[in-house]
Amino acid sequence: MFTGFDFDVIARSLPYLSQGMLFSLGLTVLSMIGGIVLGTVLALMRLAPFRVLHLPASGYVNLLRSTPLILVIFWFYFLVPLAMKRLSGDAYATGIGPFYSALIAFTLFEAAYYCEIIRAGIQSVPRGQVHAAFALGLTYGQAMRRVILPQAFRNMVPILLTQGIILFQDTSLVYVVGLTDFMGAASKIAQRDGRLVEMYLFAALIYFILCFLASYVVKRLQLRYSVGR
Amino acid sequence: MIAIKNVSKWYGEFKVLAGCTTQIEKGEVVVVCGPSGSGKSTLIKCVNGLEPFQEGEILVDGISVGGRKTDLPKLRSRVGMVFQHFELFPHMKVLENLTLAQVKVLGRTPEAAIEKGLRLLERVDLSAHKDKFPGNLSGGQQQRVAIARALCMDPIAMLFDEPTSALDPEMINEVLDVMVELAQEGMTMMVVTHEMGFARKVAHRVIFMDSGRIVEDAPKEEFFGTPRSERAQLFLSKILQH
Ligand SMILES: Nc1ncnc2c1ncn2[C@@H]1O[C@H](COP(=O)(O)OP(=O)(O)O)[C@@H](O)[C@H]1O
Ligand SMILES: [Mg+2]
Repeated sequence: MFTGFDFDVIARSLPYLSQGMLFSLGLTVLSMIGGIVLGTVLALMRLAPFRVLHLPASGYVNLLRSTPLILVIFWFYFLVPLAMKRLSGDAYATGIGPFYSALIAFTLFEAAYYCEIIRAGIQSVPRGQVHAAFALGLTYGQAMRRVILPQAFRNMVPILLTQGIILFQDTSLVYVVGLTDFMGAASKIAQRDGRLVEMYLFAALIYFILCFLASYVVKRLQLRYSVGR
Repeated sequence: MIAIKNVSKWYGEFKVLAGCTTQIEKGEVVVVCGPSGSGKSTLIKCVNGLEPFQEGEILVDGISVGGRKTDLPKLRSRVGMVFQHFELFPHMKVLENLTLAQVKVLGRTPEAAIEKGLRLLERVDLSAHKDKFPGNLSGGQQQRVAIARALCMDPIAMLFDEPTSALDPEMINEVLDVMVELAQEGMTMMVVTHEMGFARKVAHRVIFMDSGRIVEDAPKEEFFGTPRSERAQLFLSKILQH
């Protein structure tokens, strides 16, 4: 069936492809961590009773959730270096490098989504728990750190990971700004060797396998957590 | 010890508490009863500032709960509270539930906190369960742990909000026994409950609430003799039937 195709191209370019995969995974993991940290801060701001805190946070979340990811990537890739040149007055300032612009773009973008997940997670912890923590004399910060957030995150593990899987797929978008993530590597080889079908099939297969496995793990976790409670 | 002066509270338009006034002396045990929705939980939560109120004043050991300069966490750490649904922290083992606030709020060393925790677990007869998670205990056991957790803070007064109404009938007594013992030792207690047996045994006064008002506030003998208000009479006759 596949006569005329050259699947050997995959074997030959495996080192290059794995480098791309490392980039994708690194970008995913780091922006997930960054996104969760920033998302937690945003969630706490959105839940705060003070306008000065929740208005900016809501504005931020709504703005980023109604912006296509690709636009955010473009902003950071093209606008930040420009801004840096303007600000530093150095015509040769190149900004912060492609990996970091991508990382920042993804972190800022994902934080908006994580914020909403975490906010729902915090609200899913019964109010009585907050009361019990306060009644013992814990401060707001202590109650959050010791009592509310641990329970919220435990409930949220599956959905946070699911969002991580989506994020992993989305990192493939960085190839549009010429970065060599897994998708970028595959597409460069595809163009170079004229092996589009082979490379894109291979890329699809790899994304499918990884995401399928990760989803399976999430499902197992979900089961475990729902039994444990 | 606890002085509630003309306290009113609104949820939007709805008046939950209407000019509540009462006082609880040191060592006094006061039972609060009344129909569901009459504002009992709200009132008791106002006492340690878990619910804000718009009018009036509450003093605990001379400190104004609603005061702008009041260190609420500090004040709350001196008043123990027990909830209807126990509210143990499900992600911590029993002993950790007892030590968390001792260490974080009172600044005790972990060793001292553990020692105190173990002593109080012993007191509620649950030492064997110190390393379990609350989810693995029965309701009665969880509520006893919750009482021990509050006592770990060496409170000057204890607030109970329907501590036995979420329990299976056969577990009510194990919790009431702990509370009776506490009362007999002279703990200052404000107890929202419909357990009139408990009230008869250890209460000094009984407060009856209806629609956010303190309708009756009388010494126990008087209350069980002839409540003055018709509402209280009706209520008593209903719950005493059970
Ligand atoms: N967060 C809230 N928002 C609005 N109404 C509330 C809230 N909490 C309680 N209420 C209302 O206040 C009234 C008194 O409630 P509560 O103090 O819990 O009564 P009780 O403990 O006597 O059953 C009830 O009618 C209840 O519906
Ligand atoms: Mg109630």
